[in-house]
Amino acid sequence: MSERQIQLEVLRYNPETDSEPRFQTYSVPCLNEWVVLDALNYVKDNLDPTVSYRWSCHMAVCGSCGMMVNGEPKLACKAFIHEYGDQIRVEPLANFPIERDLVTVVDDFIGKLASVKPYLIPKEDKPVSAGEYKQSPVELKTFKQYTLCINCMLCYAACPQYGLVPEFIGPAAISLAHRYNQDSRDGGREQRQEVIASHDGVWECSFVGACSEVCPKHVDPASALQQVKVASTIDWYKEHLMPWMKK
Amino acid sequence: MSRKPYIREMSKTNWFFSQPRYTRYMAREVTCIFILAYTILLIFALKNLADGPEAYAGFLEALNSPLGILFNLAALVGAVYHSTSWFNVTPQAMPIQRGEEFVPGNIIVGAHYGGWALISLIVLFLGV
Repeated sequence: MSERQIQLEVLRYNPETDSEPRFQTYSVPCLNEWVVLDALNYVKDNLDPTVSYRWSCHMAVCGSCGMMVNGEPKLACKAFIHEYGDQIRVEPLANFPIERDLVTVVDDFIGKLASVKPYLIPKEDKPVSAGEYKQSPVELKTFKQYTLCINCMLCYAACPQYGLVPEFIGPAAISLAHRYNQDSRDGGREQRQEVIASHDGVWECSFVGACSEVCPKHVDPASALQQVKVASTIDWYKEHLMPWMKK
Repeated sequence: MSRKPYIREMSKTNWFFSQPRYTRYMAREVTCIFILAYTILLIFALKNLADGPEAYAGFLEALNSPLGILFNLAALVGAVYHSTSWFNVTPQAMPIQRGEEFVPGNIIVGAHYGGWALISLIVLFLGV
């Protein structure tokens, strides 16, 4: 187990005393097998207990430890020290306000996520006695990758459109809306379209594709958004050119 | 404890230089200007053609000037970059599911290149 001394630059911001954030550097003896989160935990436990950051599972499942590592949105628990040089700079996720140190204000995302109704809205209610809603492996495959989203918000930090237009519903929320729209058991598409096919919805996306490049779970939000654009465009043509098709 | 979230403003004018992937995106978007410019040139060619043989000969002569050749070369490079960068993202925009599998992306991209080659050959055939 080789050990390496890392200079960990952490963006610090204390809302009670600071007018703006500043970098503080810690010298951390790291094992090569460590991830950035381990280095932060070392700082918290041994050097400076005032450093604030979110984390929980340490295994890329909870989506809590998203932060900018050398300018790139990463899960701190999945950013291996051996992939970096001796100087590592960590900052709070871009495009989100800083609450304190590496902790961001995520209310905006949570609100948007709720607005797209990311849950099954059955086509018709049926009693439990009528049995389960069945789904074939083929139907599952259509949307399965989008179920892997862990709401870590790295895609929002990578998305320049979200940075420029904060009203944009954004990659993860629209992808999750798409996930349920594609679900054979679901009947809630019309309700979700009101949000995701609006001006602040999918039409703010200009297909930069950064969301898909940074996703730690290999979800492809950019693909979901383009598919929503295609489906919404077909809706529009149906409505305007074939009004008799409308129910 | 009082809350005072700090907002980091994003540069509205040079954000696309901050990351290579943003620069690549901007290059894809900006090169559409060459497509527009060449379309205008084609419309201009049609106008000259309608104006008679002399006007059209003058137009062809202008195209053969160093400036005309330079413009054509620049338009070609811009159009190729624009088109290929879009071809390469088509599997994301139009995934095709066959049973439990998705058609591999390189087949969808390849089909676009194939279509492009075919149309180019037809145009070449019509031109000679």
